Amino acid sequence: MSQYILRRLMIAIPSLLGISLVLFVVLALAPGDPFSELATNPNVPPGVQAALRAKFGLDDPIYLRYLHWLAAMVHGDWGFSFVSRIDVDTLILQRLPTTLYVIGSAQLLALSIAIPVGVYAATRPYSLFDQLANTFAFIGFSLPTFFTGILFILVFSVKLDWLPFVYTEVPGSGIPWVLEMIRQAIMPVMVLGLFQAASMTRFVRSAMLDVIRLDYVTTARAKGLGQTKVIVKHVMRNAMIPVVTLIALQMPAVFGGAIVTEQIFRIPGIGSLLISSILANDTPVVMAVTFVFACLVVLFNLIADVLYGWLDPRISFR
Amino acid sequence: MSFMAGLTLASPSAERRGYSPWREAWRRYRRHRPAVVSAVLLLLLIAAVVLGPFIWRVSASDIDVVAGMQGPSLAHPFGTDDLGQDILARMIYGGRISLAVGLAAMLVSVFVGTLIGALAGMSRGPLGYALMWLTDLFLSLPQLPLLLMLIYLFRDGLKAAFGPEGGIFILIVLVIGGLRWMPVARLVRAQFLSLREKEFVEAARALGASPTRQVIRHILPNALGPVIIAGTIDVAAAIIAESTLSFLGLGFPPDTPTWGRILYDAKDFLDIGPHWALFPGAAIFIAVVAINFIGDGLRDALDARKVI
Repeated sequence: MSQYILRRLMIAIPSLLGISLVLFVVLALAPGDPFSELATNPNVPPGVQAALRAKFGLDDPIYLRYLHWLAAMVHGDWGFSFVSRIDVDTLILQRLPTTLYVIGSAQLLALSIAIPVGVYAATRPYSLFDQLANTFAFIGFSLPTFFTGILFILVFSVKLDWLPFVYTEVPGSGIPWVLEMIRQAIMPVMVLGLFQAASMTRFVRSAMLDVIRLDYVTTARAKGLGQTKVIVKHVMRNAMIPVVTLIALQMPAVFGGAIVTEQIFRIPGIGSLLISSILANDTPVVMAVTFVFACLVVLFNLIADVLYGWLDPRISFR
Repeated sequence: MSFMAGLTLASPSAERRGYSPWREAWRRYRRHRPAVVSAVLLLLLIAAVVLGPFIWRVSASDIDVVAGMQGPSLAHPFGTDDLGQDILARMIYGGRISLAVGLAAMLVSVFVGTLIGALAGMSRGPLGYALMWLTDLFLSLPQLPLLLMLIYLFRDGLKAAFGPEGGIFILIVLVIGGLRWMPVARLVRAQFLSLREKEFVEAARALGASPTRQVIRHILPNALGPVIIAGTIDVAAAIIAESTLSFLGLGFPPDTPTWGRILYDAKDFLDIGPHWALFPGAAIFIAVVAINFIGDGLRDALDARKVI
């Protein structure tokens, strides 16, 4: 198993390098020059300009610039935010926990809806419950997160006045603080979690239906095992294998949804940091946040691979 | 087109007069009730945004602050926004752009996906592996952050070259299409890998057909079904992507009221003017649900293995 994890790690590194290459090429191809202001400034003589360009390596060939940039990123030297006047990595580390808290809770909510509903629907295919679940799932993943967010605010904040629609830093500590943190996270987590749950329910249902007809399940029933034991012990574990992959493939979409939700509810996470940096032309932060999102996607793919090896031990021996 | 060639021989309906694979597909499509209803809805929506300006002659940009923030009434069926602009007229105008972006981005992603998938499916050497590695790499890119970054970096250049509206249109279509081709490429490759070993392709090869001719005349038409289905779903995804960008304030400029842009403007006035957000949101939702159901119906209609 540990060898398998190591092998997966070795595969993750080239994809991280590939992603960093894509990001760098995009940045290099983009019009605009960090020294354009210098070039039009009459007080800076051309000799000084050329010296500065040479010092920062702007005239180097592109592969050298990429290697320099990559080395700096690996060393944790992510640059300096033009707007906030602090290091980019400090800025991101301040914001990251909030994003992970919201995304993580949303994933948990989605799983705790999708697995029971999908499994129950698959044990009674084409029943009323199955049809209702299917219809809701279809509507759920067709509803864009920004619209559900607005609907939630309209119903729960404007009309009913139950929940706050702005996510803020809560002062204080102890139990009231915990309760307030949960209360203000309810709507963003629901928006993101329900959207995820909709597509996951479909995955779980179809994966269960594929497995439930197999011969070994009939054998388990013929041995006299009860329905619950057959479903939970025999069917679910095998059905979860494709589901894990599909959930990992969904991760980029989850981060997209998180950016939108953070923007709607003004959550101070890295998604809203990305938007505000774009609006403020803060290039180092934009680059770094995009790279962090890419790393998170690769990380979740890695976790999915490890889970895959645990669910299906044959894979880790290959 | 003969992507259901296998079925025509086996099914008894082949004896019927005037039989064609398209008619058979239509027969199967009609069985999917929600898909039929959705097709009608989508046609109505398209007719509304195309013909709307000829019937609803209120200007989309006339400002009348006194009549601002009104709920739905006879004069303004969908109400007015904070500047007194008619929301129905704005939605008709913006809907043209939203739907056009969806279609154009789908064409880009289907074209790129088919090209890469076909190349990867036909090549027996390292090219195929390289292209599939590229596909997997693109699949693990975080789409929305990258989309935002690309728009941030290239916005000004394209605006200068093609004007504010045209430049953003080209950029958004290319970027959305360019980040969504991977599922199509995988589907096409999988189809090609199995089709290129089939007897009819072997026969064509034996008769001396060049690889290009094999692909265009024999393999591609048979791989078309899944591509059409994926393309349909892509339209919905592209509409959502464009609305998301506009909703984040990074899509079309403020004077181009796409549905997402109207929502963006409305989101700060939810307490006093909920109608302003509800109508464009509902329009996006209806378009997306309808297109997804049509995709579901097409899956029933075009998947020859599925017996209905």
